Amino acid sequence: MAELVIPITVFVLAAFVGFEVITKVPPQLHTPLMSGSNAISGITIIGALVVAGRGDTTVAAVLGFLAVVFATINVVGGFLVTDRMLEMFHKKDRS
Amino acid sequence: MSATLASFFYLVAAAAFILGLKQLQSPVTARRGNQLAALGMLIAIVVTLLLTDIISPWIVVAGLVVGGAVGGFLARTVEMTAMPQLVAAFNGFGGGASALVAAAEFLTSDALPLRTDITIVLSTVIGAVTFSGSFVAFGKLQGLVSGQPVGYPGQRFGDALLAAAVIGLGVWVVVGGSTPAFWLLVLAALTLGVVRVLPIGGADMPVVISFLNAFSGIAASMAGFVIESNALIISGALVGASGLILTNIMVKAMNRSLGNVLFGAFGAAAMEGGPGAIGEKPVRSATADDAAVTLAYADSVIVVPGYGLAVAQAQHNLKELANLLEERNVDVRYAIHPVAGRMPGHMNVLLAEADVEYDKLYDLDQIQEDFPRSDVALVVGANDVVNPGARDDETSPIFGMPILDVDKATTCIVIKRSLSPGFAGIDNPLFYLDNTLMFFSDAKRAMTDLVAAVKEA
Repeated sequence: MAELVIPITVFVLAAFVGFEVITKVPPQLHTPLMSGSNAISGITIIGALVVAGRGDTTVAAVLGFLAVVFATINVVGGFLVTDRMLEMFHKKDRS
Repeated sequence: MSATLASFFYLVAAAAFILGLKQLQSPVTARRGNQLAALGMLIAIVVTLLLTDIISPWIVVAGLVVGGAVGGFLARTVEMTAMPQLVAAFNGFGGGASALVAAAEFLTSDALPLRTDITIVLSTVIGAVTFSGSFVAFGKLQGLVSGQPVGYPGQRFGDALLAAAVIGLGVWVVVGGSTPAFWLLVLAALTLGVVRVLPIGGADMPVVISFLNAFSGIAASMAGFVIESNALIISGALVGASGLILTNIMVKAMNRSLGNVLFGAFGAAAMEGGPGAIGEKPVRSATADDAAVTLAYADSVIVVPGYGLAVAQAQHNLKELANLLEERNVDVRYAIHPVAGRMPGHMNVLLAEADVEYDKLYDLDQIQEDFPRSDVALVVGANDVVNPGARDDETSPIFGMPILDVDKATTCIVIKRSLSPGFAGIDNPLFYLDNTLMFFSDAKRAMTDLVAAVKEA
């Protein structure tokens, strides 16, 4: 169990960084924040790629394939839709 | 060597996520921030593809192509009003992916260390609950599942039993490493997600999606513990923090507690307010011309948009009205209540789509004190968030919920189809005040009529 100490430390510190950074995001950007952070949680795609690439058994191949599909939807869709929203935010003096 | 190199690049990706989120602190830099985060993700993906031994490239490529096509299509075609459903669905896919990664680890390796077994169980359970819960939330928001709370007899007992089953099966999987127990665990967790979200009413969905957003992050973190990847742990923790902050904001704006939203039924509380004397008290009703004159000769107008505006697709007409008023040197600003839309910040996106400049949008704290100094507060499609009862009447079922003080403006114009109470079934004393003008009309119709009338005024 001692091996868990470092990952737990990383987790807790990252959560603190998250709280500090995200508390300062203004309410008007909360929807893009949610869809954008959602895309970031798609980082699980790294695990999905490793599992799918191993493809050693049928079960692993099927689960891995689904994991890659799900994670990619999350990543690609999340970043694109966030970009689409943020593109619409503009100030008075835009031409 | 390659693992060390990969770790270095993953650190770069994690740093890009943090900096990207930091740039979301201002609308000026937000778009760049999102692109920076996307670049971080691209680096992580490319490095993984280059530095891992991939035996079955076709599975990987097929997954990327299918997922990319579906995600890209959804992102490009979604209506802005449907954003809450889309985010709910993306949450579900994220949670599902984390559960699948953990499941594949479990099913393809034997004799895993205890810590890995524990994190596999956590990642699977959290991911599966996020997956099924998010798709129920999606169904409710999309109108596929009833927005009303749906329960079953003995729900509390049944849910407790189910939760106990999840814990019991989890322990069994960790201790015994049994594959059938693992599948049962997945099934129990999926069921738990469904029965926990079904009883939550449509109006509480902003809280639920925020909470599931946090869950999808925590699931990714847990998957990071399983495959021993700091990139996943860090990113998941960031998203978990973000989701929890948003959940907290939503809960506060509704004057509720998270436990109350997740386990209580709002319907029961709302009924006590009762319809009472609705329609029996006198109101001052106004025509489009009356309202237009009041608006056109004002110095300052604060618009309070609610979700009814978006349902009627009247944002663009509202913007047209605002343009006309601004040509007459009327100062037009918008006051956005935190629960004005169907998810945090939703109304801001809907107005941005209608070309309303973001520096005209103010949140509750920023604009509250300006109502007494304003000539007109124009309420369109909002009801409970402008109910003075929440501020003054201790017997009101929504007493204590923060509201926008529209009644303190010199004149308050409320555009509403009828005097019928909102979804919460609570009468609104605002409608009967002396300085309130009721303009009975559909939001879109009202906006086009006002535009025509202001042109004449």
